[in-house]
Amino acid sequence: MLIDVHAHFYTARSSRADWAERNASRLAAGDRVGVTWHVASILGTWGRTSPTYFPSPADLTHANDAMAGLQREHPRRVRGYITVNPNFPRHAEAEIHRGVAAGLVGIKLAASRRADDPLLDPVAHLARELGLPILHHIWQRRRGDVAGQEASDAIELGRLAARHPQVRFMLAHIGGGGDWIHSLHAVRDLPNVYVDLSGSGVDGGMLEACLGAVGVGRLLWGCDLTIDTGWAKLRYLDHLLPPADLERIQWRNAAAIFPTCAFPEA
Amino acid sequence: MRLDVNVFLGAYPFRRVPGTSPDAVVSAMDRAGVDLGWATHLPGLFWRDPAEGNAWLYETVGREPKLRAVPAVHPGLPGWERTLTDAVAARAPAVRCDPTFYGLDPAGAEVRRLAGACGEAGKLLMLAVRLEDGRQRHPNDRAPELAAAAVRVLVRSHPAVRLLITHADRGFVEEVHFGSTQVEAARLWWDICWLWGPPEDHLAMLLATIGLERFVFGTGQPLRLPETGLAKLDLLALSDNDRALIEQHNAERAEGR
Repeated sequence: MLIDVHAHFYTARSSRADWAERNASRLAAGDRVGVTWHVASILGTWGRTSPTYFPSPADLTHANDAMAGLQREHPRRVRGYITVNPNFPRHAEAEIHRGVAAGLVGIKLAASRRADDPLLDPVAHLARELGLPILHHIWQRRRGDVAGQEASDAIELGRLAARHPQVRFMLAHIGGGGDWIHSLHAVRDLPNVYVDLSGSGVDGGMLEACLGAVGVGRLLWGCDLTIDTGWAKLRYLDHLLPPADLERIQWRNAAAIFPTCAFPEA
Repeated sequence: MRLDVNVFLGAYPFRRVPGTSPDAVVSAMDRAGVDLGWATHLPGLFWRDPAEGNAWLYETVGREPKLRAVPAVHPGLPGWERTLTDAVAARAPAVRCDPTFYGLDPAGAEVRRLAGACGEAGKLLMLAVRLEDGRQRHPNDRAPELAAAAVRVLVRSHPAVRLLITHADRGFVEEVHFGSTQVEAARLWWDICWLWGPPEDHLAMLLATIGLERFVFGTGQPLRLPETGLAKLDLLALSDNDRALIEQHNAERAEGR
C-alpha cells in the first residue's frame, strides 16, 4: 500500500484551463507509481475568485464539496481534506462538521493565518474532538512575509502543536523549497508533528536528515505537485531502509494518524 | 546506455551532502543504472581559479571508466585558452563555466569570448542555471542564478557555439528556446533535472513543444537524488528509441560525435 498524504485536485471553477488534464495526470501517474490513496485538498478556486492562500468561504465550500465529490467518484483511491480559512471561524467550524459528514478525513490549513495565531485553536480543538489530522502548509524557514501568503514556518507550527499535544500535525512538503534543515531542527522534539516528504526538492542528504531528526516513525510519504520527485524519494528510501521501515513511511504512519475508517484495507 | 551529463565530484561548501567521493558517486550511478557520467569538480566551482580542480578531475576520471571529465574554464583569468586547449586534447565531452559563481557577467565579454572559442574548437560549453533551490541557499551563497537572457546572448555570440544548460526549469527553457531562431535553438541542449513531471507535466509538454532532440539525461547528483531523472522518464510514455535519444544519443550529438 502507498498513501500520498499531500495531493491536490482542481475544479472547473479553478483558475486553470487545464484543470481536468492535471487531475487525470495525477491519477494516471499515481497508478504508474503504485499510489493506493491520494489524500488531497482543493484550495478554493486556486486564485480565480479569491486568492489561493486566502480562499473565501464561498470558494472553500465549493472546493470541499468538490473534494467530497472526487472521493465519491473514486472511492478506492481518493480521500479528501477539509480546507478551511481560520479568519472565518464559524465557517471553518461548519465546514469541518460538514466535511466529516461527507466522509472527508483530515483538515488542510494553507497560509491564511499564521500557525501560532489563537484563531487556529478552535480548528485544532475540533481536530482533536473529531480525530482528524491537520496538514499545514509550511514555508521552510520564513525569513519575512511571503507574497500572497501568510505563511508559517516550522517554529510557528511547533507552537501550535505544543498547545495541542493530542492533535497530529503534518508539516507540509519538507522538499517544497526553503531551509529544510531549519524545519527539522524545529520539530525534532515535537512528537505530534509528522514530516511530509513531498515537494520538488530532492536534495542529496535531505532524507537522511529527516530520518535523523524525527526517525522513521514520523515520516509520511507524499508528492504535492511533483509525483516524479515523490517516486524518486521512494526509490532512494528503498535503498536506505529495511522493508518494514519503508512500509511505515509508505503507509503505516499515515494509516495510524488518519481516522481508522479512512483506508479500509489498512 | 544511460549517460548522465550532470554529475559532481567532491564536497559542497554550503551543506553536508553524503556520497560526494568518486567511489560513492559511481556507486550511486550503479544504483540508478547510470552507465556513464560527465563529471565536474564541485569544490573548484567556488575557487578563485576553478581550473585548479581540473588536474584532480582528469586524474580521477582516468582511473574510473564510468566518468568523463568536464573541466572548468574561468574566462576572466589570463591564459584560460590553455585550459580549453587541454580539454580538447583530453577529449573532454564539454567544458563548463559558471560565470555568476566566478563573479563574471554571464553575458559579458569574457564569457562571450569563451563561447566563441568553444564554438571554434568544436567544444560543447556547459552552464548551470543554479545548483540549489534559491529559497534554501546558505546566507553566504549569493551568486545570482544564470539568467535566460544571458543564454540568449551566448547562443547568438558565435555561429558555432553549442550550449548545454543544466538545472533549468520550464519557464527558462521556453524563454530561451522561443526567444531564439531555429538555427540558434538547434545549438542548445537542456538537461531534465529541474523539469517537473506529472501532474504538472512540464517535461512532457516541452518534449512535445520544443522537441525531444533538445533534451538530455542529467541529474545533478550527488546534490540531487539520481533516481529523480529515472522517475521522470519512467513516467513518460516514451518508445525505447525516444528514451535512448534522451539518455544517450542527444548528449553524444551535443558533444559533436
